[in-house]
Amino acid sequence: MNSPATLNSIDSTRRSAAGRYVVATLSLGACLALAMLLRKALNVCGWDAYDTWTVVTAALAAMACSLPGVFLVMRRQSMMGDALAHTTLPGIVVAFLLAHSLQQAGWISSATYDSWRHAAMFIGALVIGVVSAVLTEWVQKLGRVEASAALGVVFTTLFAVGLLLIRLKADQVHIDPDCVLYGIIETTVMDTVPNTQIPRAAVVNGLVLLANLLLVTLFFKELRISAFDAAISTTMGINSHAMHYALMAVTAATLVSAFESVGSILVIAMLIAPAATAHLLTDRLDRLIAISLAVAALSAFLGHLSAITLPSIVFTRLGYPEVVDTSTAGMMAVAAGGLFTIAAMFGPRYGVISKVLDQARLSRSIIAEDILGLLYRMEEESDATALALNQLTAMIGTRTWPTYLAARGLAASGDVAVRGSSYELSPPGRERAKRLVRAHRLWESYMAKHFDLPADHLHESAARVEHFLGAELREELAAELEDTAEDPHGREIPPEQG
Amino acid sequence: MSSVEKRIGFALLVAVIYLGNAASCIAEPLDHSHSTRPPARSLSRDRLEWPALSDVKRTLLLRDYNTRIVAIGTTMLGAAAGIVGVFMLLRKRSLIGDVVSHSTWPGIAIAFLVMERIKTDGGKWLPGLLVGALLAGVAGILCTKLILRYTRIKEDAALAIVLSVFFGAGMSLFKAVQYIPSGSQAGLNHFILGKTASMVSADVWIIGEASLAILIVIGLLFKEFSLLSFDDKFASSQGWPVFRLDLSLMLLVAGVTVIGLQSVGLLLVVAMLITPAAAARFWSDRLGRTTAIAACLGGSGAFCGVLLSAMFPRLAAGPVIVLTGALFFIISLFLGVRRGVIVRIVTHRRLKTAVGRQHILRALFEYLEPHCDPAAPMSSQLVNHIVSANELLPMRSWTLKRLRHLLRTAEKSNFIAVVREGGYRMTNRGAELAHRVVRNHRLWELYLIEHADIAPSHVDRDADDIEHLLAADIVESLERLLSERYPHMTVPPSPHAIDSAPGSTIRQSTS
Repeated sequence: MNSPATLNSIDSTRRSAAGRYVVATLSLGACLALAMLLRKALNVCGWDAYDTWTVVTAALAAMACSLPGVFLVMRRQSMMGDALAHTTLPGIVVAFLLAHSLQQAGWISSATYDSWRHAAMFIGALVIGVVSAVLTEWVQKLGRVEASAALGVVFTTLFAVGLLLIRLKADQVHIDPDCVLYGIIETTVMDTVPNTQIPRAAVVNGLVLLANLLLVTLFFKELRISAFDAAISTTMGINSHAMHYALMAVTAATLVSAFESVGSILVIAMLIAPAATAHLLTDRLDRLIAISLAVAALSAFLGHLSAITLPSIVFTRLGYPEVVDTSTAGMMAVAAGGLFTIAAMFGPRYGVISKVLDQARLSRSIIAEDILGLLYRMEEESDATALALNQLTAMIGTRTWPTYLAARGLAASGDVAVRGSSYELSPPGRERAKRLVRAHRLWESYMAKHFDLPADHLHESAARVEHFLGAELREELAAELEDTAEDPHGREIPPEQG
Repeated sequence: MSSVEKRIGFALLVAVIYLGNAASCIAEPLDHSHSTRPPARSLSRDRLEWPALSDVKRTLLLRDYNTRIVAIGTTMLGAAAGIVGVFMLLRKRSLIGDVVSHSTWPGIAIAFLVMERIKTDGGKWLPGLLVGALLAGVAGILCTKLILRYTRIKEDAALAIVLSVFFGAGMSLFKAVQYIPSGSQAGLNHFILGKTASMVSADVWIIGEASLAILIVIGLLFKEFSLLSFDDKFASSQGWPVFRLDLSLMLLVAGVTVIGLQSVGLLLVVAMLITPAAAARFWSDRLGRTTAIAACLGGSGAFCGVLLSAMFPRLAAGPVIVLTGALFFIISLFLGVRRGVIVRIVTHRRLKTAVGRQHILRALFEYLEPHCDPAAPMSSQLVNHIVSANELLPMRSWTLKRLRHLLRTAEKSNFIAVVREGGYRMTNRGAELAHRVVRNHRLWELYLIEHADIAPSHVDRDADDIEHLLAADIVESLERLLSERYPHMTVPPSPHAIDSAPGSTIRQSTS
């Protein structure tokens, strides 16, 4: 049975080269128009260099996050990302405490203290990433606890430890839990590299993005195999356990670089949402990575734009003119969610709307073919060759509206002729109907011959299969049945031609 | 099924009545600044201040009115969360609580704005905020379900997306609300990390009554929920309203989460749902007992957490409650009597010892079998032979070291006796057990040949694994089969040749 293949081949011929050209031109034009509109819009809402740097920093952070996110989504470990976003907190706190005590002991000079703190933060994140993964696995294996529950126990516990440590050692760690949780991109952008306008956070996030890109290109093959099938990757000599821990460590390090700008909870949005959006749009890993990078950057831009424009519009209407802007990080998550929703609705292949349309198209073509078959059988049995719409509807067993649409479609393609309010077959339609009825009766004969079904059980199956039997299959069925001229009900099987 | 629907309806009615009652008991907006706790002293900030003995006594005896009501309310919350958590754990949906708690955030902010519009300065009204949180939490669950139903996104990613996007929306709204003068003073940020210490009695009333309502609903629908948790497909095939039951369970999760926001905060409330339930699973396999234990663990964890944080003002209650729960979890993980690590290790070792003992006895039996007279009773002949370790070595694929070890253990428990240096003899007890083990082994082999259609040369290995575990009723039915085949034999002959060292000699015992 290769009926789905037949449908696919029809589908692919429809997307012809000319169509692609048109689509490319149109989208290019749309992009240009959009860019011009955007410039105007940005000027209106008072966009300045500061906003640009905010978007650049946020976009770099989001893109850096979306790379490990792709693999988390493919490995179905997205909630591990959520857990890591929480557990980086104790990692950072412990690292800061260590740096502080080293400075107290005189091992680190006050001048280099800040850079030590940054280094300690990264190392702490790497360690905590692996530690959370290992702990989760221990709880899972040692206690035979279900995976997501093990994850829940571990990350809440570690997070609670982090919160308590912050409370107890506040004067040593200098962390505001609020800033860890929600991010303060608005102020991190002010902290620039000396003598330039470039924010320090942008440099850090850019470097992490670069490192992640490098890792992905270097280990593309290994990552791909272990993401799709851990068992196969093990048989090919790739240690999927090591890959898992490495992914956790890299994710944690990326999170920690991004949390300053986006905040550790909202980092989850940047980790998972772009990858999931891309997953709705493509099946190829390389395209998936490219799309999720683009989605991440776009949601950073849209997020900041809406953060500085939307609140004043909405809240002035509500009667609070004092509200001027809102959290960029929060709006970035919302924008990512919006992009995800758009992809889920309008995605060309997996989108809800395209699925509904496909369904409608298929059911319309099936009704149309049913009409043809019905008219042909009427011609065979009686002299009444024309049928009114309500007769067609009643005999096919659908509603009036779809039947009407299908009949109009047949009339437009010249397969039926309209006479007054009734429809009858035209010569090309008769040929089409003949092939359809042939398929139906061949299938009935085949079922009767090989499956030993009683005659009254054949029609149901044949009525469903007839729409999917192409010329090749009909030929094979005919060869299989040798020269059967009649179907099990004693009706003639029409010839393929003439 | 109308009775189930009636019960769901009744349960919801009870919940509504209770919530309404809780709402009506607070006629006017609350004053959150009221707190009996002294402000944390800022001297010696990096050290835990040990409370004075009188303070400890005061706290432990619940003399302090505020501590008392907070402890009671939080304990009830912990118990309710533990019970709901068991069902979530069994349905493998533990992390949905995390989604609900993060999703409540925009609901709180929107509820604040709405109430502020209705009545100036009315935005802090707690029941209103909680209703907003509940609605947003349910919306979060529905979004997850929609994503799972209509897209190809898998559950983990759907959870993560809904969680972070809702939280992001909440953050944005929260930041905007901060610009509004009454908004920045409303203390909305307390919902993120909890503020157990400054709860007042009216807050506790809400928590207590809502927990009670949740407990009643679960009590009424216990049977339905257990069916749902173990086999929802079976439940739906039996005509139970699975979707509605699932929805009511989700509502309960949302309810627990929302009332937990106040005490532990939305980032940690999921721990109250997961940890006690996961810990209770180590203590029992029965659902009724597991829920009871989860309620106890959740309740006592919350209680201890509140008391600890009352004694040490610098320890925030939320994290302490979570850590107490984690401590209970670790204790249960090791000490739990049903699935705890120690119990499992002990049973495993016991089984291993039993298997080793049975192996050695079967080896002895099969080694001696060819030399015995099949007509005379087997057991009296078995005890008369002396065998050395070297002779037993080819009977199984074992090392001499392992074999010696097994012989020593078997001797210690008096199944075999050492006659002289390197010579072993079965005791009566050993002969009896050997008899039974070989019988089981051969019965199983017979069964495999007869029913599973396995070649006689292949059955030995399979029977080797299962012989130690054959239950009495299986043995009985196999015996029936046997008595038809070999009416006069107590141990059937082996269906395949038994390898042993050729030309070995058997010595008669001198005794």
